Amino acid sequence: MRYAMAIDTKKCVGCSDCVVACQTENNVPIGYCRDWITETVDGSYPNVELELRSERCNHCDNAPCVRCCPTGASHVVEGGIVLVTPEECIGCGACIQSCPYDARYSHPEGYVDKCTFCDHLVKRGQEPACVAVCPTKCMYFGDLDDPDSDVSVSLKNRKFKALAPEAGTEPQIFYLM
Amino acid sequence: MSTRRDFIKISALGTAGVAVAGSALSLFDRSGLFAADDSTQASLKAVKRYPTYCEVCFWKCAGWTYTDAEGRIQKIIGNEDDPLCNGRLCPRGTGGIGMYYDPDRLKTPLIRVTRNGKQQFAEATWGEALDLVASRMKEIAEKYGPESMALFNHGSPGSHLGHMLKAFGSSNITAPSYAQCRGPREVGFVATFGAAVGSPEPTDIRNTKCLVLIGSHIGENMHNGQVQEMSDAIDNGAAIITVDPRFSTAASKSKYWLPIKPATDMALLLAWIHVLVYDDLYDKDYIRQYAFGFDQLKEHVKNMTPEWAYGITTIKPDVIRKTAWEMAKASPAVIVHPGRHVTWYGDDTQRSRAIAILNALLGSWGRRGGFYYKESASVPKYPYPPYPKPKWNWKDMMKDKYKFAALSVSNDFVEASTASYQGDHKIHGWLVAGTNLPLTMPGMPALKEAFDSLDFIAVVDTMPMEITGYADVILPECTYLERYDDLRKSPSREPTIALRMPAAKPKYDSKPAWWIAKKLGERLGLGEYFNYEDYSEVLDWQLKKIGTSLEEMQKKGVMNLERKYGPLYLAKGEDVKFNTNTGKIELYATDFAAEGFDPIPVYTKHEEPEKGYYRLIYGRTPPHTFSRTANNPNLTDLQKENHLWVNPKVAKLWDLRPGDKVWLKNQDDVVSEFPIKVRVTERIRWDSIYMVHGFGHSDKKLSRAYGKGASDSHLITNIKIDPLMGGTGMRSNFVTFLKEDPGKEVRS
Repeated sequence: MRYAMAIDTKKCVGCSDCVVACQTENNVPIGYCRDWITETVDGSYPNVELELRSERCNHCDNAPCVRCCPTGASHVVEGGIVLVTPEECIGCGACIQSCPYDARYSHPEGYVDKCTFCDHLVKRGQEPACVAVCPTKCMYFGDLDDPDSDVSVSLKNRKFKALAPEAGTEPQIFYLM
Repeated sequence: MSTRRDFIKISALGTAGVAVAGSALSLFDRSGLFAADDSTQASLKAVKRYPTYCEVCFWKCAGWTYTDAEGRIQKIIGNEDDPLCNGRLCPRGTGGIGMYYDPDRLKTPLIRVTRNGKQQFAEATWGEALDLVASRMKEIAEKYGPESMALFNHGSPGSHLGHMLKAFGSSNITAPSYAQCRGPREVGFVATFGAAVGSPEPTDIRNTKCLVLIGSHIGENMHNGQVQEMSDAIDNGAAIITVDPRFSTAASKSKYWLPIKPATDMALLLAWIHVLVYDDLYDKDYIRQYAFGFDQLKEHVKNMTPEWAYGITTIKPDVIRKTAWEMAKASPAVIVHPGRHVTWYGDDTQRSRAIAILNALLGSWGRRGGFYYKESASVPKYPYPPYPKPKWNWKDMMKDKYKFAALSVSNDFVEASTASYQGDHKIHGWLVAGTNLPLTMPGMPALKEAFDSLDFIAVVDTMPMEITGYADVILPECTYLERYDDLRKSPSREPTIALRMPAAKPKYDSKPAWWIAKKLGERLGLGEYFNYEDYSEVLDWQLKKIGTSLEEMQKKGVMNLERKYGPLYLAKGEDVKFNTNTGKIELYATDFAAEGFDPIPVYTKHEEPEKGYYRLIYGRTPPHTFSRTANNPNLTDLQKENHLWVNPKVAKLWDLRPGDKVWLKNQDDVVSEFPIKVRVTERIRWDSIYMVHGFGHSDKKLSRAYGKGASDSHLITNIKIDPLMGGTGMRSNFVTFLKEDPGKEVRS
C-alpha cells in the first residue's frame, strides 16, 4: 500500500479551504498551518499564466526528515505516511531544515508538527479533511498500489509533475497539469 | 466641532476580550476532535453534531456543527444532502467557527451616555437596553408616526426585526445588497425575460459547454455552488471566456481571456450581439417563437461591428468573432453569466440587459447548460395578526425617482434621514442589523450627516463594526452557531429546506435576533405578534405543516422536496408566456421605451483616469466576505490584509517595489486612512490598480483587523447613479500613489 495525493491545478482556485479545514480538523493553532497555497505567475501582461497549488508534506519515499531525526520521533507508518510522535520529539528542528518543501513547523507546545494525511480519518475509511472539503474537488487521495483508486486513475489519464524532484526525496504529492 | 453623535471607540472593552481570547483559542488540544487513539470509542460517541446553515455569506450552505465531549464547538462540515454545497463548505464556512470564538465579539448590551461631557458606551442589562430602544421607538412614533423608523439589514436577523417593525407600523426596510450590488441585473433580466435572476443564480454551470464571465471572478468570490460547478464544467471540457482587465483566477482557467479596457464592456457585448445576428449564429427557432423586437435589435447593432468595438475595448476583432462563434457552437448550453456585484458605471441595468439579450440570442434561458427554472420550497407562515397599514412607505419617499426600482434604495433612506432632506417622508430612527454601513455604502458624507440628524440609532450585530460606533444602543446578537433562525428556503434545482439550530449556548450576554425582536415587540405592546416562548416552536409548527418536524430536521438538517411546477428546462417548442408586456422575451424593452429609456442598450463612454491616476478596481478574496470577516481569527489567519495590485510598468514608473507601503489619493483628494502594501504583478492592466474589498477597518476594537490594508469604500466618492433603479456605480474612481504618510490633516 502506498498512499499518495494528486492535485489538479486546472481546477484549484487557491481558496485555502484545505488550509482552514486542516486547521479545524487537526487543531492546528491559529498562526500555523500544515498545508498552504502557492501561486506562481509566468509571462507578462496580457500573456500570463497562473498556477495555484495546495502544498503540504510530500510523504516522501526517501524522507530526509526521518533519516535525520535523532530520536526516531519522525517515522514512517503503513502506506508510507510520515508521522511525528510528539512525545518523542525534542523539537531540535533538524527535520525542518532537511525538508526541501518547508512542510514542517515548530508547534508552540515544543514539538514539530506536519501533515499526517489525516491518518485518523483514513484509518476509518474517510478522506483527509483537505480532500473532503475542497469545493473544486481538485484533490484525489488513495493507494497508488490500487489501480482503481482515485489517485491512480487521475494519474493514468493526465500529465503530472512533482515538486523539487531534483532533491531526490521521491515525493508522493503529484500535480496534474 | 461637536456633533450630536460622536463616534465612540469601545477601547476599554477590548482588554477584557484579550483575556478571553487566550482561553477560548487554546481550548483546542492537539489530539483533535477525534482522538488520535481511534480505539476510544467513548470519545467518538461524545461527539455531537447540530445542523446549521452558514451565515458567513449569502449563499447559506447547510452544514453540521460538531462539538467535542465537553460540548465545545470544534469544526463545521458541509451537509452532503444540501444541493447548495454538496457536503463541501468554502473556506469561510469552514472557518465560521472563528465568528463564534472571536474574542472581540460584542458581549453585552451597550448604551451611549455622556459622562464629564464625553460620550461613551456604558454596559447595560438587556432589560435596560430593550426598555430604552422601545421607549425611543414609541417617542418617534408619537412625534412623527411609526413609519419614520427604518430598518437596514443583511442576512438572517433582518427577518425577525423586519417582522417586529412591520407589526410596529413601518415597512421602511432596506438592504444595501440591492442598490450596491445586484439590483441592476435583476431589473435588466426582468425587462428581458420577465424574471429576476435571484440568489443563488439559476445558472446550469455543471451542464454548460461555454461559460462567459464579464468581470465576474468565480473562484475568488466563493459562491460555493457556482465554484463547484465551474470545476465540473472544467472537467467536462467546457470553454470558459473571461472578460476582465485583471488576470483573475477564472481567467487563468479560461480558453479565452479578453483583457478588456475597463468601462468598455458594453461595446464588447454589443459587438458580440452584432456577430450573432449578422453571422446568422443566433438560435432562430427560439427567437422566432419566444422573442419580441428582433428586427429593431438587428437594425440597432448594424454598425456595432467587432472593428468598431476594437477601438473602444482594445479587444481584437478576430478575438471578438472567435469568442462569439465559440458561444454559438455551444448554444443553447451556454451561459453569459449575469454577474452579481454589477453596480459599476451607472449604466449597469443596460449592461445587464445586453447580457440578457445575448443569452436570449443563444437560446440559453430555460435550457440545459444555460439557465434552469429554479424552484423554492413553500412553507406556511406562522400565524400572527395582520400588520397595521403604514400611512406611507419607501415608495412614497422615493416618489418616482427610479421607475424600475423593485426594492428600496438604501441611499435614499440615508438621504431622507439627513437634516437637509426637504421631502415629506423623513426618517428619524434606525435599526441596523448585520450590515456595516460605513464600509458597505458609498457616500460617507451623507451617512455622517444622517448620523448627526437622526433621533435614534440601535444596532444589532455580533461584532463591533464601524456602524456600532454611531449607535445609541448596541444589542449583541449571538452568532449563527448559537441560535435558531428561519428555515432556509433558497431556490435551487429542487426545492430544499435547511434548519439552523444552536450547537452551543450563546457566549457572553449575547442573544438571538428572534429573541431581541420578540422582547422589543412585547415592550411595544405587540405581544400578539410573538405568540411563542422559543423560536423552535415556530419552526416545529412550520415543519409539521410540510410533513416533517423539528425533531426530524434536527437529525437531517436538510430536506429536499419534489418539484411542483414542471421541469427544469423548456421542452422543445414548448408554448410559454413570459412575464413581460408582450408575453415574449423582450429584445426591445417596451417598459423602458414607455418611460423614455433606451429600449435597446447603447454604448456610453465613461470617465477615464487623468494622467498619473489609475482606475480603482476592487473584488473579493476566497477567505473573506466583504468587511464582516476581517476580524475572524481563522480567516484572518488565511489573509490578514489586502494588497495593491500594480502592473510592473506602473511600478517602475513610480519606483514601487513589492511590499512597499503606499497611501492612495483619489480624484476628489480623499486619501486612504491606512497605507496598503504593493504587490507588483503581471495580473493587472497598466491603467488600473486592484485591491480586495473589505479591509482597512478603522475601529481599534477589531484587534486583528484594525488598520490592516486599505478600504476601497473610503476611496469611492464619485458615484454614478443608475437612472433606472438607483444603483450606485462605483468604478469611476481613480487613485494615485502617495509614498509618504500624508498625515492626518489631509485625510477626509
